[in-house]
Amino acid sequence: MIYNGIHLLLVAAFPPLLLGIINRTKAFFGGRQGPPVLQPYFDLWRLLRKGSVQSTTTTWIFRFGPIVSLTTAFFAALLIPLGPDRAPLSFAGDLLLFAYLLALGRFFLVLAALDTGSAFEGMGAAREVTFACFAEPAMFFCLLVLAKVTGSLRMVELFHGSLFAGTGTTGAPLLLVLMSWFLLMLAENCRIPFDDPNTHLELTMIHEVIVLDHSGPMLALLQQGAAIKLFVFASLLVRLAVPLDFQNPWVSYPVFVAAVCLVAVLLGIVESVMARLRMVLVPHVLTAAAVTAAFGFVLLVTLQ
Amino acid sequence: MSLTAIDPFLVAVVLLNFFLLGTGRLKALIFAVALQGAILGIIYPLAHQGIHPSGSNVVSLRLLALAAAMIVIKAGVMPRMLVYAMREANVSWRIDPYIGLTTSLLLGAVGTGLALVLSRTLPLRSEHASHLLVPASLSTVLTGFLVLTTRREALTQVLGYLVLENGIFIFGLLLVDALPLIVEVGVLLDLFVGVFVMGIIIHHVNRQFTASTSDHLSALKE
Repeated sequence: MIYNGIHLLLVAAFPPLLLGIINRTKAFFGGRQGPPVLQPYFDLWRLLRKGSVQSTTTTWIFRFGPIVSLTTAFFAALLIPLGPDRAPLSFAGDLLLFAYLLALGRFFLVLAALDTGSAFEGMGAAREVTFACFAEPAMFFCLLVLAKVTGSLRMVELFHGSLFAGTGTTGAPLLLVLMSWFLLMLAENCRIPFDDPNTHLELTMIHEVIVLDHSGPMLALLQQGAAIKLFVFASLLVRLAVPLDFQNPWVSYPVFVAAVCLVAVLLGIVESVMARLRMVLVPHVLTAAAVTAAFGFVLLVTLQ
Repeated sequence: MSLTAIDPFLVAVVLLNFFLLGTGRLKALIFAVALQGAILGIIYPLAHQGIHPSGSNVVSLRLLALAAAMIVIKAGVMPRMLVYAMREANVSWRIDPYIGLTTSLLLGAVGTGLALVLSRTLPLRSEHASHLLVPASLSTVLTGFLVLTTRREALTQVLGYLVLENGIFIFGLLLVDALPLIVEVGVLLDLFVGVFVMGIIIHHVNRQFTASTSDHLSALKE
């Protein structure tokens, strides 16, 4: 019970901190001091108190988009293990629910963007959906490898932190999955090199252009949803890379939080040292991620 | 069989194959081939140790010297020469393949999958059947062929040959206890001379046609 409480607390309160850490790291590389680490929380608070302007062409779908986006991300976060090997919700086959909760959130986000009738948002929606087509195989190949390694279909057991516990045959495939998942994290959360979260040029934006017409509390919901999604992907990366099988959950929670903060620093470094890819190369890199994970799967099947 | 120590390196070689097929920059291609050569240089003594766990010291000293020479030539001298040729002949930095990069990447992935499946059906000795040497070798050979046939620059043809040779070298590791070192030295020397000659040819092709794409080499003229 208390662990469920900690889980909910982490999912609800921790994600914006990741954005703060990323921005701080980028500022450090740019030779600036940067905004305070807690700035995303201030932003959310500011947005929640503001009014909201809506175009007259929009319908209820437009207002529905941010809510669905936040709730799906939140429920996806309830399916995954954070510190210890447990999650508030877990059943056999929940990996499909996990993948399609994220897809559902994206679907409604795209619908909300199309609902505004703006040309830019339509363009962004088309891009978002196109790249999602390439990201989904990569994700499923990753989950497939993990399912084959652990022999289970529950997210909790899939992400068991088994990279270093694995024997010779599972080590290499899990390493490939780790690489693939890292690329997937960058792509799914619209980070550089796939998309620049700070750009303000409509022609090059992907995710940010979709939320261009949302304002006030709705924008706050969207931002919190995006932060939770980033947190979900970062936590699963941590679960893959860091052995967290401590007996005492009071040890594994702090280790987990520190590791997720490290992932945020890593993301900040990646964003500082890399330029964004040309748009035509994005599917290419995502294909490479899928191929890497698929190779891991074939490797696993042949080695066993 | 203690050859599992080289498995991570072989996985890295296959990943580099994917990178070779996926990259759109000539310099990245050159450096990836160099890195692959360096990894093979590391694998070589490891594979020997796997075959002869007790291994006599005389052999291992010569072995290390050969591995070091291999790393220096494949990862130091050759990429330098190729980058030099690239600069001298004004070869474009962009790789412009006949088929798309994504297509060739997928072809490479399918080929690697087939190689993994195929190598299980090959009648190998029991100590060879279990690990990755044969599939990694087949995959690298296939990558070499793909680079050779689908890239149009003369320089990428050289790189294709180098990858092909890397693949054959990996296959040769199966015979590592039967193959005398002198053969390996000979192959290395041949390769070195080959790249050297190709460098000169690229230069001449470039002077003759002002561009070194292999399109010009398809028709014979008096």
